[in-house]
Amino acid sequence: MTGLLLNTSSNNNVIEFDRVNKWYGDFHVLKEINLSVKKGERIVICGPSGSGKSTLIRCINALEEHQGGHILINGVQLDEQEKSVMAIRREIGMVFQQFNLFPHMTILENLCLAPIWANHLPEIDAQALAKKLLKRVGIEDQAAKYPGQLSGGQQQRVAIARALCMNPKVLLFDEPTSALDPEMIKEVLDVMTELAESGITMICVTHEMGFARSVADRVIFMDGGEIVEENDPETFFKHPKMDRTQKFLGQLIGH
Amino acid sequence: MNNSQNNIFHPRPSLPAPRHSKGALHWVKTNLFNGWFNSILTLLAVALVSFTLPGFIQWAFIKAVWVGDTEVCKLSDDGACWSFIDAKFRVLMVGVYPESESWRAVVGTAIFGAIIVATVANWLTGKVLLVAWLLVPVFGYFLIGGGFGLKEVDPSLWGGLMLSVLLATVGIIVSIPVGILLALGRFSGTPMIKALSIAVIELVRGVPLITILFMASVMMPLFLPPGFIIDNMLRIQIGMIIFSSAYIAEVVRGGLNAIPKGQFEAASSLGISYLKAIWLIILPQALRHVLPPLIGRCIALFKDTSLVIVVGLLDFLGMIKNSSLDSQWLGYETEAYVFGAFVYWVICYSLSRYGALLEARDPTSHSK
Amino acid sequence: MKFSLPKLNHRFSLITNGISLLGQTMLIGLVLYGAYYLLATTQANLLERGIESGFDFLGKEAGLPISDKLIDYQPSDSYGYAFVVGILNTLLVSFIAIILATILGVIVGVARVSKNWIVSKIAAFFVESLRNIPLLLTLFFVYTLLLTTLPGVRKALNPFDGVFLSRRGLYVPEPIFMDGFVFVIAAFAIAVIIAYCFTRWAKSYQARTGYPLPKILISLAIILILPLTVYLAMGSPLSFEMPILKGFNFVGGITLKPEFSALLIGLVLYTSAYIGENVRSGLQSVSTGQIEAANALGVPKSTIIRKVLLPQALRVIIPPTTNDYASLVKNSSLAVAIGYPDMVSIGGTIIGQNGQSIEIIAMWMAVYMTINLVISGLMNWLNVRVQIVER
Repeated sequence: MTGLLLNTSSNNNVIEFDRVNKWYGDFHVLKEINLSVKKGERIVICGPSGSGKSTLIRCINALEEHQGGHILINGVQLDEQEKSVMAIRREIGMVFQQFNLFPHMTILENLCLAPIWANHLPEIDAQALAKKLLKRVGIEDQAAKYPGQLSGGQQQRVAIARALCMNPKVLLFDEPTSALDPEMIKEVLDVMTELAESGITMICVTHEMGFARSVADRVIFMDGGEIVEENDPETFFKHPKMDRTQKFLGQLIGH
Repeated sequence: MNNSQNNIFHPRPSLPAPRHSKGALHWVKTNLFNGWFNSILTLLAVALVSFTLPGFIQWAFIKAVWVGDTEVCKLSDDGACWSFIDAKFRVLMVGVYPESESWRAVVGTAIFGAIIVATVANWLTGKVLLVAWLLVPVFGYFLIGGGFGLKEVDPSLWGGLMLSVLLATVGIIVSIPVGILLALGRFSGTPMIKALSIAVIELVRGVPLITILFMASVMMPLFLPPGFIIDNMLRIQIGMIIFSSAYIAEVVRGGLNAIPKGQFEAASSLGISYLKAIWLIILPQALRHVLPPLIGRCIALFKDTSLVIVVGLLDFLGMIKNSSLDSQWLGYETEAYVFGAFVYWVICYSLSRYGALLEARDPTSHSK
Repeated sequence: MKFSLPKLNHRFSLITNGISLLGQTMLIGLVLYGAYYLLATTQANLLERGIESGFDFLGKEAGLPISDKLIDYQPSDSYGYAFVVGILNTLLVSFIAIILATILGVIVGVARVSKNWIVSKIAAFFVESLRNIPLLLTLFFVYTLLLTTLPGVRKALNPFDGVFLSRRGLYVPEPIFMDGFVFVIAAFAIAVIIAYCFTRWAKSYQARTGYPLPKILISLAIILILPLTVYLAMGSPLSFEMPILKGFNFVGGITLKPEFSALLIGLVLYTSAYIGENVRSGLQSVSTGQIEAANALGVPKSTIIRKVLLPQALRVIIPPTTNDYASLVKNSSLAVAIGYPDMVSIGGTIIGQNGQSIEIIAMWMAVYMTINLVISGLMNWLNVRVQIVER
């Protein structure tokens, strides 16, 4: 049903992959990827390491170049023109596994960098926006500290707030909880769940199956550089179609 | 999961990358001509290389004179006169060392070379290696200086590359233990020892080597009791050792700092005495840590031996400079210095490669 | 991230707590006795050789000619004054060399991490050659090249009016400042102040409205245009004294002797290879994740370099570069080998004349230690400003 809808109203798609291929040297990382993401959709991508899932989402904001096929963001094709890439990146927020906060800036400065230098926001407005977002992720009292003074969970929440600073239409998460201690995972997932409920388009590479089950509209399983299976979480977890998916889920549960 | 029908996943075959994303042309495009700025840089660099390199090759190889005397060299204006190096070779290697005793330099070189090869190839390890290297200074001085049956050769006759290598080798071998003592002294709980160590290290590191060499050459005799004379060569060797020790102390200090506190606690919880803990547990780890910078110090010391020319010794560089001033062979300074640079470069670069090899070989290394 | 280094002093104090008070006293006694013995021997030796001691000689007439000098000096001036001339020469060559070596070093370092294959290889060749050849050899080589490849005085190269290049050195016109030039200097000072105020205003303007102004460009324009206007308005109050060939040499103008040039070129080449390595490792120390994160936010490239890359690279670059600056100052003492009258070379001559090596060496040490302290003080101040607060 959803598939039918997707095909008929492609204008509604925020992101569209059309037979995308990518190589690292001679290694074929992404093979003929076709994928459409609707506005407001929440997608979880999972798969074994090396399956190309991170590469896939890094292609969306052109951190990686693709070599075959097309990627359309809001109907605009991604090309190598620096200006259009910059414009598209401002529409897309990204959260990294290793947080990648700027260690030499305070939390507030981390959040204000892009609004001031990319959006030309007055400093006061940028700071007000930053404080509002810090409050949203629950750490407004840490604004004057440096990233090194925060716990991993707090740092990742700052990173999420930083990604939100540009008021993006799409949020990309690249294994946001993989580098965290277990007791800190929940605080980050809570923020992500709250974001998901706000209606923003989200694409999330993660192995947090509980999160996928409760939040995702669609779960995508990747292996060997291609999409093996995609489905709504209910079906995906209960009745996986492919043997490869079953094996992967079996291993996850086996742990 | 058991009730779902089993669809078997057939992975797509990996396709070769498209031609525009690999191959020589792609490499040239992404590495040399991505953007106008890089393209200009590439063109400038190519221009630079093509202006200098062919000319140098012409001069150094194609039009060079390899055999013959000055007359032959004068005929070829735009080629290097390598026969000049040939004529001066003995002086460059051993200086004015008596010709009848030249065999000693050959023997010394052979033994020294053998030890180096054995070290690099990992044939000698542990205590044997240590003893072999500790014997190098003693044996080197004996072989070159004579005594015990060998004809004595006055140190004022030592020179050339032989002298440079001797000064550097003896310097580094003696200054490593001295440097370690200074480093340990710096960590000492006894204020006297600590203050003395810090004073020596900082004072020596604060001044140029030349002043230390002046000190050794002109000031040291004033400190010695009458009748007690140390030869100028030896005084300068002592100066180099003092200089090098201070720097090695700093290197070793870095290694000591990098050892986790737990090592000490583990040692003392086992009831090992302090000195034994240092000797058996702390120093071996610290020294392994600092091997690469120690090699760096070896290179630096070898380069620094060239400064002894200022206090009247004629080492390799001294002999190069002297040879280029020979009235019979005037006008071949470039050849002299290019040859000198080449020899220094080969020795220092090999040492630095060896340092990199050691770092790669070290199983306990956790850097990058 | 590396673990922080614990202070070792407490751990190592284990060993020496074992040395008793008695032992320490004996040690002090031993050191004192050694010092006394040295002093006594030295005095006896000095007496025997007829060498004076103390710093009285500094007031005596030096009688040594100095070719390169920043301040007026005659051989009839005192030893102390001659030594000061040497100190100034050391400072002059070190100062210029530090600036040039930094510029060249940054270029080399950036070239080494360049994606342009041939550029990075040339930079690597530069670094690996210069670092593996003794500075003294480089100096001799440069000096010889200057003396042999340049023409004699009578055939001096004359690339521009009033500029002569020959074996005797580089001769350039000496600017002579006339009465009105004070106003030009004043205008320059005012322009600097205006530019500074403008920069501050531009910052607050950006904070208020969000729009960045081209601060550097406008500041430079102010600093250039204002003094230039005043200069022209005052009727160009500046003239040049041209060097003229008289007999066997040039007179007038400013001279850069080949000794100075060789020392400067050698120091700059050698040190820039080391600084280039610092810059390279500093740039490489910034993780790609940092640049990616800034890119993902859509921050412009120039801002990424200024706000993300440089601040983090600098904290890695500055500490080793401090050492390299200090080494450069110490290495300038190699001047003695090619006859540039720096502090060591003049001091060495004095030792040759009166044998007062202890005093001269003490003076060398004092000056070098002072210079080192000043450099490390300045660089520490800089370092504190770029350090990162870490947990």
